[in-house]
Order: sequence, then C-alpha cells, then structure tokens
Amino acid sequence: MVQQIVFIVLAAALIGAALGVIVSRNPVHSALFLVLAFVTSAGLWLLLEAEFLALVLVLVYVGAVMVLFLFVVMMLDIDTETLRQGFVRYAPLGLVVAVIVLLEIGYVVWSQKLGVTFGTPLPHASAFSNTRALGEVIYTDYALPFEIAAVILLVGIVAAITLTMRRRAGARYQDPAKQVRVSAKRGRIRIVKMPSQPKAGDEP
Amino acid sequence: MITLFDFLALSGVLFAIGVAGVFLNRKNVILLLMCIELLLLAANFNFIAFSRYLNDTAGQVFVFFILTVAAAEAAIGLAILVVLFRNRSSIDVDDMDSLKG
Repeated sequence: MVQQIVFIVLAAALIGAALGVIVSRNPVHSALFLVLAFVTSAGLWLLLEAEFLALVLVLVYVGAVMVLFLFVVMMLDIDTETLRQGFVRYAPLGLVVAVIVLLEIGYVVWSQKLGVTFGTPLPHASAFSNTRALGEVIYTDYALPFEIAAVILLVGIVAAITLTMRRRAGARYQDPAKQVRVSAKRGRIRIVKMPSQPKAGDEP
Repeated sequence: MITLFDFLALSGVLFAIGVAGVFLNRKNVILLLMCIELLLLAANFNFIAFSRYLNDTAGQVFVFFILTVAAAEAAIGLAILVVLFRNRSSIDVDDMDSLKG
C-alpha cells in the first residue's frame, strides 16, 4: 500500500517534470526540470530494488551530466525567443506523434504478445546486496564490455577536450619548461663591470 | 501491488513525452539533447523494470552500460555545441545549413 502511494507520487512528479522539460521557456528551467526527473526516477529505481543504479543515476547524471548541461546553457549567450519560434506551429505535429508512439507502445505492452510470463518479483534475502550482485557479473561475464565502456569514456574525455581547447591569438601564456631551464648565472642576472660614478651633487 | 505494466506504462509515457519534445523544440540543440536524455531514461526504465520482474541482473548491467555511453555522448555533444556556438554565434538548427567548416 505504501509502495503504491510512493509509486503514484513519484510517477506523477516524473511525468510533470518531463513535461516541464519540453515546454519551459527558459533552457535553465528545462535543465532543472530534467534534474527533478532524474531524482524522481532514482526514487522509482529504488522502489524496483536497483539501489546501485539509483545512486549512480543521482551521482553521475544529477551530479555531473546535468551540471555540465547547466554550465553550457549559462555559458552560451542564447537568444531564447528566436529559438522558440515555431513552437506553437509544431505543437500539433508533436502531439500527434507522441500519441501515436504512446498507442504503439501501449498496444505492444497490453496485447501480451511478448510471449513472456511476468512473474511476481522474488523477495530478496535481508543480506542481499544489489551492488555485490552487479559487481559479481560485471567483472566476470561482462568484463570485456566493461573495458570497452572504460575506453568509450576515455574517448569522450579526449574528444571533449580537443574539441573545445583553443589558443587565443594575442593572449600571453607562460612556458613552464622555459622557466625551469633558466639559471641564475646565465640569463636571469647579468653582472656588468664599470667604474664607480660620482653623484652629480658630490663634486666640490 | 505495483505490476510490471505500471512501470512499462510510465516509461511509455516518458518516451512519448521525449519524442514530443524533439518535435516541439526542433530549433534548440540544447533542448534536443535534453530530450534525448529523457528517451534514454525511458529505455533504462524498461530495462530495470524487466530486470526486477524477471529476476535477472542482466538488465541492470545493460543500464550500467547505457548510462556510461550516454554520459560520454552528452559530454561530446555539449563540446560540439560549444564549438558550434563559437563559430556561428547561434545554436539554431536552421542556421546549420552550410557544409563549409
């Protein structure tokens, strides 16, 4: 009973947040609604006893990806009004496509032609750890895909940095190697031998 | 009792909202990326619901990999977006009509 109430509340919040993402005027509001959608999804995943993935969703998505989105939205000087032109014009088309997609998915789900008997979920033992169960298969059965995922992340890092890094013309950079190579005897100070010069007022 | 169908219906609605968002905000690339995140979230929902109701961890492993790839995709997409804005001072999809770099 409690589970049903939690499910209904979280599902309503999730759908409301998703609608907020697509109809907000301001992209910052859209990003914040998407954060809400991810947090409520994490709650629903906890209800499905996928604890590790719920925490990863909050940490990785809310903590990293959405912060990146907010950073980019705020860094770019976007003219929101011109980007919203045509919103009303495309609204009927979007609605029609959404309803068609919904009907198709609904047909597949409710026609029960998947050939799968949906059993009730088995209750886990009290000592069951979702993280442990995931780790036991990830590092054995899925070791190679796991490595590929790591390589994909590396490619992501390299691609993002090389795409956005640039040298501004006219900006001054310091060269640490040059700074380290300098020696006190040669280069930094130069000792010049010269006869002493009397001050102008000293002459009697 | 929450059935599998409740979760599938929820993820179907979420997916439909994401598709509608792609159509509504077809000029704004940032919102298109956000709608793609919504679609991926709906797909992940299906995987996790089936994983729970079929008592099989493989679905959760798949979600793990989808999250990884989606994070890399978001980072690269936003990097491309930043470069695009630097070159064209606009992120309007209609302005991307030139093949010259």
